[in-house]
Parts: sequence; structure tokens; C-alpha cells
Amino acid sequence: MIASPARTSWTSLSTLKVTAATVLLLTGIAPALAAEGGPDATISVGSLYEPQNLDNTAGAGQGINEAFNGNVYEALFRLNDDGTVSPSLVKDYKVSDDGLTYTFTLQPGVTFHSGEPLTSADVKWSIERVTSPDSKSSRKNSLKPIASIETPDDATIVIKLSSRSISLPYNLSYVWVINDAAKDLQSTEDGTGPYALDGWQRGAQLAVKRFDKYWGPKPENGEVVFKYFTEATALNNALLTGAVDVITSVQSPDSLAQFKDNPDFTVAEGKSTTKLILAYNDRVAPFDNVKVRKALARAVDDNKLLEAVWGDYGTLIGSFVPPTDPWYVDLTKVDAYDPDSAKALLAEAGYPDGFTFTIDTPNYDPHPLAAQFLQGELAKVGVKVVINVITANEWYTKIYKAHDFQATLQEHVNHRDIVFYGNPDFYWGYNSPKVTDLIKASEEAKTVDEQTEKLKEANVQIAEDAASNWLYLYPQIVVSKTSVSGYPLNGLNSQFFAYGIKKAD
Amino acid sequence: MIRGAAILAYVVRRTAILLVSMLIAAAVLFLLLRLLPGDPANALVSVGADPEQIEAARRQVGSDLPIGAQFVRYLGQLGSFDLGASFVSGVPVLEEIGRRLTLTLPLTALAFVGAILLALPLGILAAVKRDRWYGGVISVVSQLGVAVPVFWIGILLVTAFAVRLRLFPSSGFPTSGWRDPLAALHQLALPIVTIVLVMSASLIRYVRSATLDVMGSDYLRTARALGAGYSEALVRHGIRNGAVPVISILGIELASTLLGAVVVERVFSLPGLGSMLLSGIEQRDYPSVQGVLFVSTLMVLIVGFAADLAQRLVDPRLRGTSGGRS
Repeated sequence: MIASPARTSWTSLSTLKVTAATVLLLTGIAPALAAEGGPDATISVGSLYEPQNLDNTAGAGQGINEAFNGNVYEALFRLNDDGTVSPSLVKDYKVSDDGLTYTFTLQPGVTFHSGEPLTSADVKWSIERVTSPDSKSSRKNSLKPIASIETPDDATIVIKLSSRSISLPYNLSYVWVINDAAKDLQSTEDGTGPYALDGWQRGAQLAVKRFDKYWGPKPENGEVVFKYFTEATALNNALLTGAVDVITSVQSPDSLAQFKDNPDFTVAEGKSTTKLILAYNDRVAPFDNVKVRKALARAVDDNKLLEAVWGDYGTLIGSFVPPTDPWYVDLTKVDAYDPDSAKALLAEAGYPDGFTFTIDTPNYDPHPLAAQFLQGELAKVGVKVVINVITANEWYTKIYKAHDFQATLQEHVNHRDIVFYGNPDFYWGYNSPKVTDLIKASEEAKTVDEQTEKLKEANVQIAEDAASNWLYLYPQIVVSKTSVSGYPLNGLNSQFFAYGIKKAD
Repeated sequence: MIRGAAILAYVVRRTAILLVSMLIAAAVLFLLLRLLPGDPANALVSVGADPEQIEAARRQVGSDLPIGAQFVRYLGQLGSFDLGASFVSGVPVLEEIGRRLTLTLPLTALAFVGAILLALPLGILAAVKRDRWYGGVISVVSQLGVAVPVFWIGILLVTAFAVRLRLFPSSGFPTSGWRDPLAALHQLALPIVTIVLVMSASLIRYVRSATLDVMGSDYLRTARALGAGYSEALVRHGIRNGAVPVISILGIELASTLLGAVVVERVFSLPGLGSMLLSGIEQRDYPSVQGVLFVSTLMVLIVGFAADLAQRLVDPRLRGTSGGRS
């Protein structure tokens, strides 16, 4: 990354001349910066994640969740910042005794930004958009149990399932409810949220304005402008100079120092769901051997890595499940750092002299650093690591699709994604019939408690199997001006609910 | 009208060369992009997508077709002046380029003019007063300037004038665009200065050496022998002669200013052509990358053409010749 020099040393006379002249010329015309607070304040949100388009079923990327979830579009249910799920556009709902029929009643008096009223037909259309063959939604598969959607009247939706799906309300929190007459959803919107789109300048910013006919509580501000940056340094400078009020998720730990001890800024740490993992290809030798995987887990001092990357921030994890998931169990003691037993396990597995393997490493932070760290740690137990740097795009082709790898580093951002370990065809190829069954059975559970118990069991099993090497959980750090408050801290699924953000006068 | 006819013939020939160059550039760009590992469909899916979804995405962007078929489709589009639509945003590439150029063109043009205004007097001064201390300083500093990367100057200026002194914004471009020209200029001041500094460094050196050549030339000595003063001789005879090599350098420099703009846009988070190119490459958004490269190649070729033409207009000796720089 580019380091910004603390002191400027002028190298040239011409530099001085021209800058002095330009300064004189242009400072006189600096437009006054509007810095008004209060109930109609404009909140400028700085982010590194510009959406690629405005449609979350068309590969818009995580940026669209940040800008639109809960702000512009609402769903039948809402995934709250604390990880709980509560009704949103649904007023109430009933589940039949066999768990196969869900009957939802919609909130009354809801209008889309276009002025059209919300009806059950819009909901049906919206769900079918996500399950359609063209949909690129990563949540499409979780809606597979839906067998039919009926709309007996304008306020009622009946969803019939082919098998029980205890997560249906949760899964529906990903389905935006959109006016079924809306067109061109890649560049416009028609949702029911507290804000309506007010302009998108590609490559720069996206503005949303308070929607006066919103059915719910009025937002604490009048307008929210998401400003997009490609460089973490540029984003930090924007906050330092007052061009943005808040940064959704700080990705450059080095930069925190300039905000931390400064009374003008607040640094808040929440719990993210982003896990940095070393995923093995569990299909191929030597990673098809549990002992080898456990040995490598014990050979790596995760705490040292986390400290090197994030200092005092972040959390150690013993499996794929972060503390905000209901089935979290503290598993950091399983295969904890112990290089001596790692060596013994390797010998038991038939590799007394170690072996060599390649880690396909995405070319952006923190992966290259983590790869070098692993190289050093594993060398101590006789395992040689070759680092192969690839791009994010290449990762999908080589690893995700072709499974052509030995091991790879990757950050997994999703919430409740332990289910990936129940799919033997997933890129990492973990195949435990017990876990597959548990995860399937958890979805068909009759109660949330039963679901939680089953997933806890699966969670413990993947940890015992050292299915992958879970290095650490990223911190979720939001930095804002001190005058700005009320923003979400955890940012689950990259959501950033803006309606509670207040700016002091 | 022999002179007019000669210039016309020259323009026709150069246009033909331009078209052939464009065709070759299009083919090279097309192939180079597809040599990159990866797939544009990958930008549309995320972890959790199943194989059918990935295949559907590949069908949508056409990356499931053989490369030959893709090329034929691409040529067909170019033939009808259509650069296609972005794979990731669905927006027509030409429309997006047009919007981005409203930032990149003024940025480049202002920086270019600024660099000339700075480099001409300093370059001439460095040559004429090479025995004085400031002549030497200009030479040394411009030499240093050539070695400094653009992004470093950008970061330096941001740290000093945006973060410390708060005189200019650190990044971005107003949504109002050029409707409020003063705000736009204020916002673009640091990026422009960044390019001006880097560009003028090399330009100063060219101007200096061109001036030195002129100063040592026979015709200047002759002019002076015929009674012209030093300044008069330099202005009447020197500038025109010295301009010939400088113009051709300017053509090349304008092209590199455009390149510099790509880096500078990144440093200052400006929504111009450069940021479109870089994000397009990251996402393997072939239509966007091809479109930007195609349009910028066209601009560079046209600038070269214009520089060549300007050279002929300035220097009568070149007019009769049939060969030209290519």
C-alpha cells in the first residue's frame, strides 16, 4: 500500500512557485462547505464498496447491500444489526403444524417510492425474481424449498414448501420487495424503504433522500450520500478533511492511529462476520488426511497473525462460526497453537519430514501478508509453502469453479454461512456425511432451538475435523466525526442502516 | 494550389494509416484482454453461487462462446460504432465514456496547457541563463521531477494542501459537474497541479535542449551578424525552428498526460476514464476496458496526427516530403 509521508519535503523550486500561485488563485473561490446538522441533515458516508449496478440479483456486489438494504428496499423480514430477525413488511404470520405452509399478512398503508401501493402480487414477483433462472443472487439456493407462492388477496401471501425450512423468515430478509411494475432495476429503484434514490454518479457517489410517505418511523436525517473511494488512503483523507461524516468499514488498520487519539473522531468496534481462512482442498492428498489438517492448525499462531494485521482489534475464532451466529461455540481451544504436537501429528500422518504445498493467494490485503506469515510458521514444522498470487477474478475460475488448487486464502463475508460445510461440492470439498446430515436436518428442524442444537453439533464437528484453518475474524470498525452518531456497528452482510444516523447542530 | 493538394494527399494517407492502426489496436486489445486469466462472468457471481448460476452468467456475457466467435461479434459491433454495454452495470459503454470524458478531457487539457505555460519559459530560461545559478537549479530540479512517480506527488500535495492546510478537497468531483465551474476547478486543482508538475519536468528538459540547439545554430549567428539583437533573433528565427522538435514531443507528452490522468484519477478518487479502465480490468468487464482503450488509442493517434500536421505547417521544409513520421 501507499504510505503517506508525514512531513512534506519540497524537492523543487518550480513546485513551490506553481503551487503558491494556484493556492492564491483558487482558495479565494472555495465554496463554503455545508455542515448543517439537525433533523434534515445530509449524512456523507464514505465507502470502498461502490455497487456495480443497483440490482442485487444481477451481480451488484456487496456495496448494494450497504446502500440499499433497509434504506431503499425493505424485505418481509429484517436482519437486525445484532443478528436477530424481526418482521418488517410483514405485520404477522402463521406457520402450519407440518411447517410447510407460511401465511404472511402485509403491513397496511405501504407505498412504493413511485406512489403505487404495496400488494401481495409485488411480493410474489419479488421472490420469483430471486429464484428465477437468470438470478445471480447468492441466496437463491436457500429458497429452493419454496414450492409455490399464492396471493389469495392483496394483503396475504401463502408460501408452500416442499420441505421444512426453519430459516425461511431469515432467508426472506434477503429478498427485496420491489414494485412488480418497476423497470430497469440496474439503474433505478422502486422500493418501500425510508429513502428513495436521488441520483447515482457512477464512480463517485450515490445519494438517497428521505421518502416522505414512508410507512414507518421518520429517519433522523434528510439525505444520505454514499461517496465511493478506490483507495483506503483517499477515504481516510476524506474523513480527516470533513468531506465525509462516517466510514462504513475501515480496512487499513495503520490508519486508525490518526483517528483514535483525536477528539474530533469516534472509533467504534463492532463484530463482523468476515472470516479470514486458509481453505484446503480436502479432496486431495495430503489434505484429505484429518491429522495433516489438524497439524497445520496447531502449527500456526493465529494470535500473532491477528496482532500483526490488526493490532488490538479483531477476534480469534476456532471454527467458521462468528459470535453473532446463534450456533456459536468457543472452539479456539480445539487444535490451539502447539508446534510440538503439530510435528508429532505430521509424523503420525506419515510426513515426518513435512511436505510442500501451494497457497493460491488473492492479490489484495490482507491475503499476501497472511500467506507470508503462514509460510514462516509452517516452515518451523518442516512444511514448505509456495505462494501463488492470483486476482479475485481468477480465484473464481481456478478455485471456486474448477477446484484446481491445494490450498487458498480467502475472506468469507457472509452471515450464517456454516451451511457451506454441508455441501460436499463446495470449493473446499469437505465431505463429512455427519455434518451434511446435521445441516440438512437443522433446516428441517421444528424449532429454532432444535436448529441451533444441530448446527452447534455441526460446528463442533468441523472444528474437530479441522476442515479448514480459520485464522481470525475481522474487526468491524466504523469511524465517524464526533458530531455524528446512531450508525450500525456490526454491519452484518455489509448492511448499513442509515435512518438512525444523527448529526448534531 | 500545389501546397493545398499536397496537404490533402497527406491527410488522406494519414487517415488511412489511422484506420489500419485502429484495426490492429482493436485486435491486439481484444486478444490481450482474453489472455488474462479469469472470466467476466465472475464479476457477476459471489460465493454461494452454484455451477448453473455461473454458467448462466457466462452465457449472459458471452464468455461461453469460442474466442473467434467473440471476435467476430466484437468487430461487428465496432463496424456499427457500437462499443457494447458493460457486463456489470448494463450501461452502454459509449454513453459511460462520454460521461467520464467530461472529467478526463478538461483535466488533461488544463494540465497540458498548465505544463506548457510552466515549461516554456522555464525551459528557455534554463538554456539562456545556464551559467546563472537559477538556470542550473531549473535543470537539476526538472531532472529530479522526471524520476518522481505521479502518485507520489499526488499524495504529497494531498497531505500538504488538503489534510494539513485544508485549502483544497482531498478527493472527488462535485455532482454538479461543470455547471459550477469554480467548484469544479477548486476540486480539480490538486490533480491538475500533480500532472502539471510531473509533465513539465520532462517538458522543461526538451525545451531547454531545443533552445540550446537553436542558440548554437548558424542561422542565429547569421541573423545577429545581419544586425538583429539577441532577443530579436531568438524570437524571430529561434522560436519557429525550435518549435519543430518540441511540437512532436508535445504530441507524445499529451498521450502520456492522458496516461498520467489514469493514475491521478485513482489517487484523487475521480470518476473519469482512468477509474473506469481500472475497475473494468479488475472485473474483466471486457466491453468497458475495450471501449476505454479503443477511445484513448484513437485520441493518441489523432493527437499524433495533429502534431504531425502542425509540424508541417510550422516548418515549410517538411511540406514537400512524402514521408512522414509514423
